[in-house]
Amino acid sequence: MAANPTFKTPVIAQPTGELRGKMEGMWSDPPGLYGWLGTTDHKKIGKRYLVTAFVFLMVGGIEALGMRLQLAQPNEHLLSPGLYNQFFSMHGFTMIFLYSLPILSGFSNYLWPLILGTRDMAFPRLNAFTYWVFVLAGIFLYIGFWGGKGTDVGWFNYVPLAERQYNPDWNVDVYSLGMIFLGVSTTAGAVNFIATMFRTRAPGMSISRVPIMIWGTLVANIGILFAVPAVSLDFLMLWLDRRFGTQFFNPATGGRPLLWQHLFWIFGHPWVYAIVLPAMSIVSQGLPVYCRRPLVAHSAVVLATILTMVLGFGVWVHHMFSTGLPVIAMGFFAAASFVIVIPSAVSVFAWVATIWTGRPVFTTAFKFFAAEIVLFVIGGVSGFMTAAVPLDWQLTDTYFVVAHIHYVLIGINVFPVVGGIYHWFPKMTGRMMSERLGWWNFWLMFIGFNLGFFPMHISGLEGMPRRIYTYPANMGWGDLNLVTTIGAFVFALGVLLFVINVIRSRFVGEKAPANPWDAPTLEWATESPPPSYNFAVIPRVATLHPLWEERLDGSRQSLLDEGAVLDDEHEIPATTALDAEPDAIMKMPHTTLAPVSLALLIAGTFVGLLMSMWWVAAACLLAMIPALLWWFWPRPEMGWAERARP
Amino acid sequence: MRRPFAIALLIAPVLAHAGPMTYMVSHGAAANPITKLGWGLLGLSIFVATFIAFAVLIGIWWKRGDGGYDNRGWPVLSHGRNGLPWLTIGVPISIVLLLLSAIWTFYVLGVAAAAPGHPKITLQVTGHQWWWEVRYSYAGAPQRTFETANEIHIPVGVPVEVHLTSADVIHSFWVPQLAGKTDTIPGQMNHAWLEADKAGVYRGQCTEFCGLQHAHMALYVVAQPQKAFDAWWVHQLQPATASPSGLAGEGETTFNARCAICHSVRGKPGSMGVLGPDLTHLMTRGTIAAGTLRNTPGNLAAWVSDAPAQKPGVDMPAENLTGPQLQALLAYLQTLK
Repeated sequence: MAANPTFKTPVIAQPTGELRGKMEGMWSDPPGLYGWLGTTDHKKIGKRYLVTAFVFLMVGGIEALGMRLQLAQPNEHLLSPGLYNQFFSMHGFTMIFLYSLPILSGFSNYLWPLILGTRDMAFPRLNAFTYWVFVLAGIFLYIGFWGGKGTDVGWFNYVPLAERQYNPDWNVDVYSLGMIFLGVSTTAGAVNFIATMFRTRAPGMSISRVPIMIWGTLVANIGILFAVPAVSLDFLMLWLDRRFGTQFFNPATGGRPLLWQHLFWIFGHPWVYAIVLPAMSIVSQGLPVYCRRPLVAHSAVVLATILTMVLGFGVWVHHMFSTGLPVIAMGFFAAASFVIVIPSAVSVFAWVATIWTGRPVFTTAFKFFAAEIVLFVIGGVSGFMTAAVPLDWQLTDTYFVVAHIHYVLIGINVFPVVGGIYHWFPKMTGRMMSERLGWWNFWLMFIGFNLGFFPMHISGLEGMPRRIYTYPANMGWGDLNLVTTIGAFVFALGVLLFVINVIRSRFVGEKAPANPWDAPTLEWATESPPPSYNFAVIPRVATLHPLWEERLDGSRQSLLDEGAVLDDEHEIPATTALDAEPDAIMKMPHTTLAPVSLALLIAGTFVGLLMSMWWVAAACLLAMIPALLWWFWPRPEMGWAERARP
Repeated sequence: MRRPFAIALLIAPVLAHAGPMTYMVSHGAAANPITKLGWGLLGLSIFVATFIAFAVLIGIWWKRGDGGYDNRGWPVLSHGRNGLPWLTIGVPISIVLLLLSAIWTFYVLGVAAAAPGHPKITLQVTGHQWWWEVRYSYAGAPQRTFETANEIHIPVGVPVEVHLTSADVIHSFWVPQLAGKTDTIPGQMNHAWLEADKAGVYRGQCTEFCGLQHAHMALYVVAQPQKAFDAWWVHQLQPATASPSGLAGEGETTFNARCAICHSVRGKPGSMGVLGPDLTHLMTRGTIAAGTLRNTPGNLAAWVSDAPAQKPGVDMPAENLTGPQLQALLAYLQTLK
C-alpha cells in the first residue's frame, strides 16, 4: 500500500455531465437496507439527526404539557407525585441532551461540508457512528420509563437523593449509564467537527473567510471535548456508588455530596453554551441574508463566540450559590458571570446593527431570527440577575429560573432552529416551505411562548419553587399558572403547525432553485437538494461571501465552476489549518456497516451493565475488537493520503 | 405593544396581591438589601430588554434609504451603512452598567452574608424527608435548649443565627420575606441568619428537590415581640404535663404503642423516638405535616389515621386505628399544649 506512494496533481476542469454521472455512481449509496444502514453521507446523517432530535422534542413537549395540566390550578390530582417527578426529570434530560445538541448536530452535519465546499465530513464513518450511538442512547435513556419507572430526580440528578439508599429502583442506573453512553456520541462528534473544520475546507477558505455558522459549532464542540469527561466521570462514580457500594458521595463515610454538583456543573454550564452558540451562529448566518447585507462586525462576533466558550468554563459555581460556599469564591464566580455578558452584548449589538443598517425582507425565517434577538436579551438579563449572588439566593430554584432557562433554550435554541429549517429546507429537500403557514407558525409560537413563559418570571418572583407537583390555593400562583398552561398549549399548537408545514412542503412544496434566498455561502452554489457528491468540482474560495462577490466587490474572485475534479474513488482535498492551502488528497470511506455494528455492541455493553449480566457486557466488549479491526483494516481503495503538488 | 404590557403584567401582581412567598417585598435585615438589589437589577433588566426590543422593531419597520430592488422585489445587496457604532457605543455602556451592578452586588453580598454582631439565639435546622427539625439554643445557657419542628419563633428586631444541615438528602431552607435560601446538605453545616423587622407569620418552603413530597415541605416563622417570644420559649422548655387520665390516658397508651417509636414527647419516658418531629407542644403549632394541613382536630384525625393518603410517600404509615382508639389518641394529642 505504501510501497508506491504516488504524487499526483488533481485535474482542474469544469464539471461536465459525464463527470456528474460518474460522481453520482461513485458517491451515492447502494439501494436497500445495506445502503440505509451503512450510509456515511453527511446529508443523510444530518437529516436523521434533525428528525430524531425533533421527535425527542415532541416527546419532551408532551411531558411538559402533562405537567402544565397538573399545575394549571392549585391542588390538582391529574398526575401522581411520582409520575410528575418522572415527567419533569425526563422532560429535562430529553430537551437538554436528546434535543438541544443533536438538533444542532443535525444542522452542522448536513451543512458543514456544503458550507466548507467539500464532499463529506473528515471522518464519515465516525459521523455515522455518532448518529447510531445517539439514537441508541436516546432509546436506552427511555427504557427506565417503559420498564416501570423513569428517572425522577431531575436532570441534574443531585446526590444523595440519586443514591441507592433514597432511590433503590433501576431508574437512576438507567440515567447514569445512559448519560455515559450518550457521551460517547457527543465526544466522537466533537472530534469529527474539529477535524473537519481544520482540514477539509475548500482551498482558499482561509481562517478569516470561514462563515460564522461554522464558528459557533466549532467553538461549542471544542468546549464539549473538555466538558463531557466531567459528567461522564460523575455518572460513572454514581453508578459505582449505586452498584458496587463505593462511597464517592456518601457523607457518612467521608464522601462529598457537593463533589457531584461541582463535576456536574463544570460540565453543565459549558453545555449550555454548547447548545446556544451554534444556534446563535445560525442567526448570525441567516439574519444578514434577509437584511441584504453582510453581518456587522463579523470578526468581533467570532471572537465573542470564542470568548463566551472560554469564560463559560469559569462560571459553574453560579449554579451553586446557595450551597454554602465561601463568600470570596462566590464573588469570583459572580464576577465571571457578569463578564460573560460582554461577549453576548457584542453579538446582540451586531445583530441589531445588521437589521438597522440593512433592508430586511420579512420571510418566516427572518421573523424567527429577529425574535431570537429579543428572547435572547430577555433570557440574558434574567441570567444576569441570577449572577448577582445575594439576589440569586432568592431567585434560584424558583420559577424565575425556570423562565430563564426556557427563554434561553427555546428563545436561543428552538427559535433559531425553526428559523434555520425555514432557511435551509429548500436546500435539504429541493422544495420551499409554505410562507403562509409559516406566518401562522411564527405568530402562534411567538405569542404562545411569551404567554406561557413570561408569567413564570412573575410566579418565580411570587416565590413559587420549581419542581413542586402541586401548590396550595392561597399562594397567589393559580392565575399565573393557568395563563402559563394556556400559553404552553398555544406554543405546542405552533410547533404542530411547523411539523405540518414540514411534512406538507416535503411532498407538495414549490420546487426550490439552487439559491432561493440569494444567500452568500457555498451551500447555495450547488443544486437543491445537493447531489450525493455535493460539488462536482471543488470550489476555490476568495472571500467570506463567494456568491455575493460580483455585487458587493465588483468582480467574482472565487472559482465555483472550475476546480479540482478528484474523481479517482472517493476523494476530497485536505487543506492546511489556517490558510486552507491544498495539502493532500484524502481517500474517503464509503457505505459500511462497521459504525452501526460498533454502536450496537456499545449498546449491548450498556444493557449488560444495566442488567448486571456481566457476560453480556464482556461479550460485547470483546466483539468490539473484530468490529474495530474491520473498521480500521487498510483498504486499497482508501490507500494512503497522497500529497498533492502545490 | 408587548413590552409595556409585560412590565405592567410583571409589577402589578407583585404589588397588588403579594402572596405569602413573594420576595419582592421583605421584612428583615437579611432580606431587605437583597430586595432593593432585586428591584434595581430587575429595573435595569426591563430597561435593557425593552430597549433592544424597540431597537429591533424600529430597525425592522423603519425603512431607511432606497437602494432599489432586484427583479423579484427584494432590496438589492449592499455593504450597508456602517453598523459599528452600535458596538463601539453599546458595548462600553454595557460594561459600565455591569460594573455598577457588580459593585452594588458585592456590597449587598457583604451585608447579607452574615448576621451583624454575635447573635445569642441559635437555631439548628435539620432537613428531613419531608419536614424540618429545629433545635433552639441560647449562647451560654445549655439548659435553655429544646427541640421542635416545622414552626420557628423569633423575636422581632433581633438577628437569629441558623445552622443548617440535613439528615438525609439535600433540602434548601427558604423564608423568602426574611432571607435568601441556603441548602441543608448532609455532612456539612451551613449558616444563615434571620431577622424580622415586624411581627407576623412568614411562610417558608423547601426549594431543593428532595423527592416525592418536595411540594409539601413548608415551614412557618412566627415573629413575635420580645416578651411574647420569651414566654413562648419558656413554655416550649416545659416537658409535657403529668399523665392524663380517662380518654386521654387511653390515648397515651395507644401513642406509646404506635407512635412513640418515632416521635418523642419530652417528660414521657415511653416516648423517646427521634425519627419524626418532636410532639411535646404539638398543639401550639399552627400546622401539621410540615405546613401541609392546618392544625385542626379534623385534619389531625385524618393525618394520624392515614398519613400517606394526605401526603403520598411519607414515612408515617397508615395506622388502622379503631374509632375509639382514634378518639382516645386525639384526646391525648390535645393535651400536648
